[in-house]
Amino acid sequence: MAELEAVIGLEIHVQLATRTKMFCGCELSFGDEPNVHTCPVCLAHPGVLPVANEQAIRYALLIAAALECEVAPRSIFHRKNYFYPDSPKAYQISQYDIPIAGAGKLGDVRIHRAHLEEDAAKMIHVGESGRIHGSGASLVDFNRGGTPLVEIVTEPDLRGAAEAASWARLLRETVRQLGVSDVNMEEGSLRVDANVSVRPAGSEELGTKTELKNMNSFRFLERGIEAELARQRELVESGGTVVQETLHFHPEDGTLHPLRSKEEAHDYRYFPEPDLVPIAPTEEMLREAREALPELPAQRSARYQEMGLAEDVAVLLAADPETAGYFEKATGTVQGVEPRVVANWVTGELAAALRQDGGEVTAVESKVEPAALAALIGLVQEKKISHGSGKTVLAALVAEGGDPAAIVEREGLAQMSADSGELEAIVATAIESNPEAAEQIRAGNQKAIGAIVGTVMRETKGRADGGEVNRLIREQLGI
Amino acid sequence: MAEMLDLTVVQAHEAIAAGELSAAEYAKAWARAAADDELNAYLWRPEDGDAGAIAVEQPRIAPVAVKDIFCTEGVPTTAGSRILEGYRPPYSATAVRKLLEAGAPILGKLNMDEFAMGSSNENSAFGPVLNPWDRGRVPGGSSGGSAAAVAGGLAPWAIGTDTGGSIRQPASLCGIVGLKPTYGAISRYGMIAFASSLDQCGPLTRDVADAALMLGILQGADPCDSTSVGLPEAPRLPDRENLEGLSFAVPTDLTRHIFDSGVRAKFDATLELIESLGGTVGEVALPHAEHGISAYYVIAPAEASSNLARYDGVRYGMRAETSGDVIEMYEATRAAGFGPEVKRRIMLGTYALSSGYYDAYYGQAQKVRTKIAGDFAAAFADFDFVVTPTSPSVAFGLGEKTSDPLAMYLNDFFTVPMSLAGIPAISIPAGLAEPAGGGPQLPVGFQIAAPAFGEQKLLDAAFALEQAIGFDAKPSGATYTAIDGKGRTGSEEGNGDG
Amino acid sequence: MAKLARLGLTEDEVERMAGELSGILEHVDRIAELDLEDVPPTSHVVELENVLRKDEPHESLDRDVALAQAPDPARGAFRVPSPQAEA
Repeated sequence: MAELEAVIGLEIHVQLATRTKMFCGCELSFGDEPNVHTCPVCLAHPGVLPVANEQAIRYALLIAAALECEVAPRSIFHRKNYFYPDSPKAYQISQYDIPIAGAGKLGDVRIHRAHLEEDAAKMIHVGESGRIHGSGASLVDFNRGGTPLVEIVTEPDLRGAAEAASWARLLRETVRQLGVSDVNMEEGSLRVDANVSVRPAGSEELGTKTELKNMNSFRFLERGIEAELARQRELVESGGTVVQETLHFHPEDGTLHPLRSKEEAHDYRYFPEPDLVPIAPTEEMLREAREALPELPAQRSARYQEMGLAEDVAVLLAADPETAGYFEKATGTVQGVEPRVVANWVTGELAAALRQDGGEVTAVESKVEPAALAALIGLVQEKKISHGSGKTVLAALVAEGGDPAAIVEREGLAQMSADSGELEAIVATAIESNPEAAEQIRAGNQKAIGAIVGTVMRETKGRADGGEVNRLIREQLGI
Repeated sequence: MAEMLDLTVVQAHEAIAAGELSAAEYAKAWARAAADDELNAYLWRPEDGDAGAIAVEQPRIAPVAVKDIFCTEGVPTTAGSRILEGYRPPYSATAVRKLLEAGAPILGKLNMDEFAMGSSNENSAFGPVLNPWDRGRVPGGSSGGSAAAVAGGLAPWAIGTDTGGSIRQPASLCGIVGLKPTYGAISRYGMIAFASSLDQCGPLTRDVADAALMLGILQGADPCDSTSVGLPEAPRLPDRENLEGLSFAVPTDLTRHIFDSGVRAKFDATLELIESLGGTVGEVALPHAEHGISAYYVIAPAEASSNLARYDGVRYGMRAETSGDVIEMYEATRAAGFGPEVKRRIMLGTYALSSGYYDAYYGQAQKVRTKIAGDFAAAFADFDFVVTPTSPSVAFGLGEKTSDPLAMYLNDFFTVPMSLAGIPAISIPAGLAEPAGGGPQLPVGFQIAAPAFGEQKLLDAAFALEQAIGFDAKPSGATYTAIDGKGRTGSEEGNGDG
Repeated sequence: MAKLARLGLTEDEVERMAGELSGILEHVDRIAELDLEDVPPTSHVVELENVLRKDEPHESLDRDVALAQAPDPARGAFRVPSPQAEA
């Protein structure tokens, strides 16, 4: 059988951080007492009408701009009709075939569409086991009901669980930097569902997909998708067919279970919402959205790669605007050092040193000034100190801040100059005190050089440049 | 006191302004008249309980009766349905708020067809309303209580709602004036929704001037209703004397379906009167208007099926006691709470929206709607108004049409096209006619429709015609007399002719 | 259809209503015969766009008022029988 490839698409719900709900002026709540942020509109009393939140529209346009989506010149709201206690009108106001945003992309993944809708209320089940159970009761809290949501749907461009989680992180970071949402998966302001299928590698057709829900962390997202891919692969390879269904992720054990369908398949009977008029974003609104865009991770990462950074380092740095800013400052102050090197120090040595120091402080918050880091890197690059000494100086900078040159002087860490003859003398002494090793080297065993190098390093307290030591030893041994 | 109740609202306001009449006394007199309700027009009056949040301590204008479809804070509001029995809204409709702010006490909440679905007020969970002209007959619907109250001397004026004819048709059957304004002229906030794209609030009054006065109080864009725009100008009281320079189109696609000879005779007579007043009468084609009923009975139930889904026993209203899960609770509550007509329309509407049928039904009906609006626009390019009889018949007997829903739906034949097009239309009494089966004469209504936002022109023309018609008949046992230019006064037994 | 609409109709009601509805549908079906292919459907009667509300809070209802009409208020919330067992 041909090898099977994974085909994954994501459906993301972003809760917007507006002050009020999507269709009424009730404030959004954060863990407040139940039902203290309600009004006749969000309680769906007889006779009430929705009125759309201007800020939610603007935030949606900002998201559309960040995802490079086509914006519909005219989009309308639709009613999605279904009965459930968390849906007080028994319909959700959403958007159906004319959403506010169409095709776009983020990184390597194409966006299919993005639209506005309202969130459901919260149900707390007080049945026997505290889970949804037939013979119990449920309590409905309408505080959350009506919170504005933007739903983003991707094309099925993802090809693996890790890739999906990584892209989801990029999306999260991108939206976070827009300032339109807390995008916190644990709190529910970011929800990610996955549509998963498999197909023979190279095929253009899509296999039957299953929908995965209830993964409320990036780790769970990855695990859930992995588990489902494994299940589907095994099923297909043993001759079975995948059935379209919705699977619920169980965080306790990482397994997926089909949701027993509550009734017949949902027929949402969509029709245009007669109580709301169309949205036609003006030139001004679109311009404001474009101008409000900060440099987003995907673009910054691309820019860094052009500066010579490796992809993984670029992505890591680009994801956090503060650290990215630190890196750029450092790069700006030093001449003759490649950005690539600075980036590696920031994400490598500096990050490690900060972790050693307790891990509570970020680069920007630390005592290591960007200029100081840059100067330190310069010293190492010019071989004025060894790399190892560099790390020692860095630790000192982390602890007390200050100027690297001064620290070098104070600790006596200056690298032994190759010109001074001092090093040659120490090398000669080391060779004399390691006659067996010298013999082995002359005999052809290159590895034995380590012992002599070790002696030299001990003598020089690490201030000699390793490469130079090696060269001198060979020179003196005549090889 | 009887004279006080004989005044139209405009006349009463003039007397109040002149210091000749106390608004408080006037309100009290009407409250006493309203208490004498043998027509089952009222579902609630302040005597039945504290008016609370909607009490008006210092009346400034005439008191008003309000169809029970308008939410009134703290006061029972049922929409004629058992599913809302006992429900007291935590807020008032914008239309009600405007009346209260103008200083109009609320006389009470009026009976209606359940959730505004009906043309006879026989679909109320709280019993039918009786037509003051003949208590064996219907007053029309769904604003049956509103029309009967105004015609029967139980209120000086009332507000109702019109979705497919629910103000105009009962006005016609009860011999009073009913106006459906342009869609969007008056806020729908607080009006219990039946069909959102069609529902409109409007006045039921004794004459056209009172309707203009009420329109002035109610109209306006409302931030709580995204679909409200108000009128371009505040309406002024009409004062036209003739119909010189105005043209009236008869849509033969519709009027060739007039089968009642009495209705036909009165319609033709009114057309002649128009010409004698200097207006021109012509014919126009509204090729798609005939399909109005079909389109309406897809669109309205579809929207209703969605609007009524919130009545589920969770947050307010009736809840049936069940032992099973929440779905059982929904089904039992709605089975017990809704009447048969409501259930019929919910089923029809659910079907029209369901997967596989949407395009053929709802989608197609919305296209028919576009066509009907287009037909009217074309007609108004050549004519100022379109005119028809308001109702295919005079008031029919209680129980006469209840076993055939389709026959009942056809009562809306002449009124539905204007609703679909969103244009304003008014019904004024054209006179009396004998019903098909014989018996005392009953009112016949004449409908005039105008282009969107053409209310002022419409009211002016209707006023001129109303004056010329001089309809001064009143139902037997009524306590008011029409004061007309011919100076006829005094109560009469039996229905006067006009 | 009754299930979809959450109307607990009895068998008698279902039968009677089926008859009534077919009669109505026959009448309504006439519009299916019209050729309206290129006609845009009217989803909104008023020619309005962008009717929006400023993102400013209003006063929410007092919880007591919000729950005052509830058939079964409990612990500050609206209590209902649970939905059927799932996953």
